[in-house]
Parts: sequence; C-alpha cells; structure tokens
Amino acid sequence: MTEEIIIAGFGGQGVLSMGKIMAYSAMMQDMEVSWMPAYGPEMRGGTANVTVIISSERISSPIVKHFDTAIILNQQSLDKFEHAVKPGGVLIYDGNGITRHPERKDISIYRIDAAEEAGRTNMSKVFNMMVMGGFIKVRPLIKLENVLRGLKKSLPERYHSLIPLNEKALIRGEELIKEVHIV
Amino acid sequence: MERELRLMKGNEAVAEAAIRAGVDGYFGYPITPQSEILEYLMEANPYERTGMVVLQAESEVAAINMVYGGAGCGKKVMTSSSSPGISLKQEGISYIAGAELPCLIVNVARGGPGLGTIQPAQADYFQSVKGGGHGDYHLIVLAPASVQEMADFVELGFELAFKYRNPALILSDGAIGQMMEKVYLNPQKPRSSESPDWATTGKGSREDRNIITSLDLDPDGQEQFNHKLIEKYAEIEKNEVRYEEFHCDDAEYLLVAYGTSARVCQKSVQIAREHGIKLGLLRPVTLFPFPKKRIAEISSRVKGILSVEMSSGQMVEDVQLAVNGRVPVMHFGRMGGIVTTPDEVVEQVKILFLGGK
Amino acid sequence: MKEATGIKEIIKPENLAYARTEVMLNNTLSYCPGCGHGTTHRILAELIDELGLQSKTIGVSPVGCSVLMYHYLDVDIQQAAHGRAPAVATAIKRLLPDRFVFTYQGDGDLAAIGTSETIHACNRGENILIVFINNGIYGMTGGQMAPTTIPGMKSSTSPQGRDVHSMGNPLKMTDIVATLAGTYYVTRQSVHTPANVRKTKKALRKAIEYQKLNKGTCFVEIVSNCPSGWKMTPVDSNKWMEENMFPYYPLGDLKTPSEQAEK
Repeated sequence: MTEEIIIAGFGGQGVLSMGKIMAYSAMMQDMEVSWMPAYGPEMRGGTANVTVIISSERISSPIVKHFDTAIILNQQSLDKFEHAVKPGGVLIYDGNGITRHPERKDISIYRIDAAEEAGRTNMSKVFNMMVMGGFIKVRPLIKLENVLRGLKKSLPERYHSLIPLNEKALIRGEELIKEVHIV
Repeated sequence: MERELRLMKGNEAVAEAAIRAGVDGYFGYPITPQSEILEYLMEANPYERTGMVVLQAESEVAAINMVYGGAGCGKKVMTSSSSPGISLKQEGISYIAGAELPCLIVNVARGGPGLGTIQPAQADYFQSVKGGGHGDYHLIVLAPASVQEMADFVELGFELAFKYRNPALILSDGAIGQMMEKVYLNPQKPRSSESPDWATTGKGSREDRNIITSLDLDPDGQEQFNHKLIEKYAEIEKNEVRYEEFHCDDAEYLLVAYGTSARVCQKSVQIAREHGIKLGLLRPVTLFPFPKKRIAEISSRVKGILSVEMSSGQMVEDVQLAVNGRVPVMHFGRMGGIVTTPDEVVEQVKILFLGGK
Repeated sequence: MKEATGIKEIIKPENLAYARTEVMLNNTLSYCPGCGHGTTHRILAELIDELGLQSKTIGVSPVGCSVLMYHYLDVDIQQAAHGRAPAVATAIKRLLPDRFVFTYQGDGDLAAIGTSETIHACNRGENILIVFINNGIYGMTGGQMAPTTIPGMKSSTSPQGRDVHSMGNPLKMTDIVATLAGTYYVTRQSVHTPANVRKTKKALRKAIEYQKLNKGTCFVEIVSNCPSGWKMTPVDSNKWMEENMFPYYPLGDLKTPSEQAEK
C-alpha cells in the first residue's frame, strides 16, 4: 500500500503542520513516511504545499507529480492540482472562497466546509484538524487514535492541553465531509 | 543501545546526529536551504549537552577557516552550507586538504550557477569530486539518499576523515535537506578528550612542536607531498567504495543515479519493470571514490546506461570513463531546481534505448 | 691557536650578556636586515618563555613575510590562509579555552583581505591576542601598496605616490577595533629603538596576561619599517618611519582596561 498525498493552500492555514501530523500518525502505525514541502519564498505568506507519502514499503521518490489524494484549501491550489490527481483518486476541498469548483469526472470529489465551520464555532486554530478528520473519514488509512498519538508526538509539550480541542475538530471534520461525486 | 526513532528533516537529522556523534565544534553561516542545521544546533544548546561549540560566523569564508583552526587542534569539527556558500569555502577546503586535516563539510545543494535558485539540484558534482578549490586534491564524498543517511553519514564522514586525515563532504540537496522522514538516531557518544599526536594543542610535554601548514616552498618537497596524497587517494579508492544496487542482476539497461535522483530512479525501475523493461539502478553512495569498477563490470552485460542527475551532465563523465566505450552511456536530468520525475526517466530510457517504444 | 683559546675562554655562560631565548629556534631568520619582524618575534619568544607558556601556546601565522613564523618559534603553530588568522584562532581558543592563542599578521593580511575576520573576531571579543605588524606595504610580494600605505607614499603599485582620490585613504584598523565593544586592550607601539622595544615588550606582556582574564580581544599594532620595500637603508627607513608614519599612526594606548573600568 502506498498513498501519495498533496496538501495545498495558503500559508498560515496549517498545511505543513497537517502534513506533519499525518506523517507522525502513519508512523504510529509502523508505516514508512515522507514529508516534502515546497520551500522558499512560497512559504513566506503565499501559497504552501506539502507532499506526504505513506507506505507499507520503503518509499522511493519523495517527489511525485501525480497524487492518490489531493487536499485543497484555496482556489489557486485547486487550479494547480485538480489535474494532478490520478484517475480513480480522491480530491478533498474546502468550499470557502471557491468560485470554480472541481470538474473532473474520473476522480472522487469531497467537499468539507471546515473554514466556515471553524469560524462559526471559534475553532480556527484547529481548522486543519477538521480537514484532517474529513480525510481519515473518506481515506481510512490512519486511525483516529493514531492521529491523537501523532499529535502528542509532534506538538511541543506546552500545547498538549490543546489535544482535546484537536480531537473535537477531528470528529467534527468526520461529520462535516460530504460527497460531491464518487467513482 | 537502542536507537531512537524520530520524524525529522534531513537538515535537522544532520544537526542532531552531529551532537550525538560527539562533534566538538560546528561553524556555520545561514543560507537556504540548509539554515535549519545552524538553527537546530542553536536551539538544542549542545554546549550544555556535550560541550560542543556552535558558532554563527560572519561569513562562509570565516566558518571554513574556523573549521581549519579546530581541525588543526585534532577536534571533530564541521560546517555546512549550500552551493554558493560552498563556493566561498573552496579556498579554505583546499588549505584543509593541503594540511591533511580531517573535518566534515555538508553541502545541501541548490541550482546554479550564480545565485541560481534555492530549489534542489545536483550541479555541484564536479566541484565536489574533482577537488573544488585550487591544487591537486580530493575530498571523500558521501551522497545520502534519505534522511536516515543524512544522520548516518555524519558519523561515517568523521570516521573516514580521521582514518585518512582528509576532509569529507556530504553532498546532499535541498530535497533531502527539507524532507522529513523516519530516522533512527544513535545514542549519545561522549566527545573525545584525546587529540591525535599531530594536532596543535600546545606543545605540552612533547619534544617537538606541531605545525599545521600547507606550505612547502621547496618544489621537491611539494612534489613529494603530492605523491603522498596520490597514494592516500589510491588507498581510499581501494577501501572505501560504497554503492547500492536495485535489480541489477537481470538488468538489460542500467540507470546510475545518486541522492535524490536515485530515489526518483528507484521508482522508475519499478514503473519500467511493470512495462516489461528490464531496468536496473546502481546508486553510488560514495562519489569519491567512485564505484567505477562495479559500473565497468555491469556494463559488460547491459545494452545501455543512463546517468540521471539534476544537472546538465556531470557524473555522466565518470560513468563514461568507467564504461570506456563498451556500451552507450547517455545523460538525462532536469536543472534549475526541478526534480526529475520517475515517468520522465522511463520515457528517456524508451527514447534513447528502445526506439521510443 | 693561543688567540682561539682566548675566545673560547671568553665565550662562557657566565660571561653571556645576551643569549638566545629558549622559545626562539636556532634557524636563520628569513627577514631582511633591519626589519622589525625579527625583533618582534624575539619579544614574543622571550615573553612566552618568561611567562611559562611554551607548553600551552598555539600561534597562528599569516600569509606574508611572517608566513614562516613556525620556523622561528618553538611553539605549536597553524599557518592560516591569507587574512583568515582571526577566524582560525577563534576556533582554536573556543575549543581549547585554557591555551594561550595569538595571531601574528601583517597589514596586507589583517587590514585588506582579512578586514572582515579581524573586525568580527574583535567584535565578538574572542579571547585571543592579535599582533599586527604595520609597515604600510606588501613586503613579501615585492612592495605593493597596502591599505595602510600613507598618502603620497611610493610603492610598486603607487609609483607616483599614493593618491588618496583615486586609491583611497589609509585604513586605521587599530583605531577601528578600539571602538568595538569586544576589545579589551588596544595599543600601538614600535620596535625601532631600545626604548621602544622595552615599551612594546611591556605592552605585549600585558596583552598576554590579560588573556587569562577572558575579557576580550587584545590588539597590539607595531608600526614597523620595511627597508627593502621602501628601498632605504635600515637607518634611513627608521628615520622615515618616525617622520612620516608616526604622525599618521601615533604611538600609544588606544584602549586600556582602566579606561573601561571608569566607564
């Protein structure tokens, strides 16, 4: 089993940290992981994206052009990565600020309005974990309990008090995600 | 002792491995994409942990000369930088090679020439394996292809550097430096309290003073020293060649690639084999000494060889020298910070060797 | 025969008025007759000997006339790349903090190519001694203009004399480093008369002793002559130095510990 994932959005949306927690969580399940960010000026406020690969085998290339799953958090990233999803793959997007919605028919598309929900419920800090909750619902590669273990491992101890809030966000995300189109 | 499992960037792995290997000193200067090494070391406060000295120098030039000073005292000292910064260090590296000092240099390479790009590239191959600075010398060059090897090669680099009294270089790139992977870290080793007998530590009770220099105004003396270096490099070539093979046994076509490109090519081999093309991969782990013997051996039973590097074609020359005309040796690679994709490599194999099929 | 025996009788330890200090090796100096390098070496060797530091001294020699300092001083020495001695010494001292560490540099080395390393080592307050020989010229490479060449002074690359409008102004490195918070003791001396030799020895002794206090960089400039580069006899060169160099580079302390205590 190998899952090649791209997470893309604005800097500040928690794209890189979501990828990091995903990698940690998969590690808790004894899987091989790689986390490869697009680095440089792109990271300073503009768009941010990270490739996460989870595999039961040794990972060959950490850099890929086509993905099994794309998690998309803004319009620019949707325009850039919709066509990078492998046929039969999965695209998850947050509908906030999206004016042109995904159009492909050969992939499964899910929508999660996490930004809106996080704003409404005062959970903006854990917006990315809401999206993560949606991801583990539709791509059940990682168990929720391992995400919590991953969080513990990746967060500095002073933030461990925030883990219950993260858990709440994960669960809310699982409820929030909706099918748009399934192949 | 149990090794500790962590998820880390390649750059962070170098830094943590350095502390755990009992390194005495690190001297660096910020440059993307390797600044995490210095940042991690400053944050980790290694002086408290082991007594390791970490200093942000005023320039790459100063940093490499600090390494010269520390290495001359017989200490385990290192520096790191990225391509433009490594160019600045070349004078110092030449002096270190000329004074036969052991040390470790890490290049987390980016695209060039000039200021170039901050994205990964493998365009510093010639600079790394052919000398880099002025004069006749070689570095021992290790090419990690994973975060794990970034950590492991710190210790290996120092081991070889001290064994041969020769500077060692880890030639990595922005992809491996920035990527996070699982890494098993060795337990903490104490810093060594002993210095080699050639080191300048103050005369102490020694009869003779120790001198660290690369100067010999007498041409005969200098030539004699050059011969000594040649012998040393021959010894290194005899003992220290390291490489890894994937599906080479039944391969009809061979890829040769190191570092990030080798990771990409591993996937290319899988894809090609799914399409019925018997492709293999040889990954040089040491770039100097280069696995030329092994490549020559394999070349006698394959139909073609493709050297894949993120450059305009540098290592391909060493592959060609090793193959010596027995089979066609071609080059493929993206440049400017673009990482070659596995599909592109398979495509090239088809175009170059299989008439496009 | 009789005469020879007479000389042997005279050359006896108890009759010696002046002997080679132990730290000075018995190698012939490569310096030109009348040059200040030999005298300065001798002072350093005497002090290392007198202060019992031979076993724990590490020196750093530059590129320039004194590149071969390790042929003359019987202590551990590293030979540094051009201008980089302060960086080399920084690492040595940080890794071996209980040793006595000094650099010995000329004006081309310290004030041109090594400006950055000099200023930053002094600014960080590295606990090292920097000995700076300023003769206003590149001696070893054949008398080219240095950053310290004074206005109007002739050299092989300023044959009509240094024109400050096109060639820039002389750089007063010692004045610059005296302004830096990291320096502890900064002084300018010379070694061209017995009285000045005594003053320089006193200054260097202080600088060496201060290193034990871990209070920062000590910087001792020695304004010196270069009879070959200046194309003068040693006597004339000393006279020329007094008349032309000293007004530009006045001798004396620029920064002393007591001044800092007052601040």
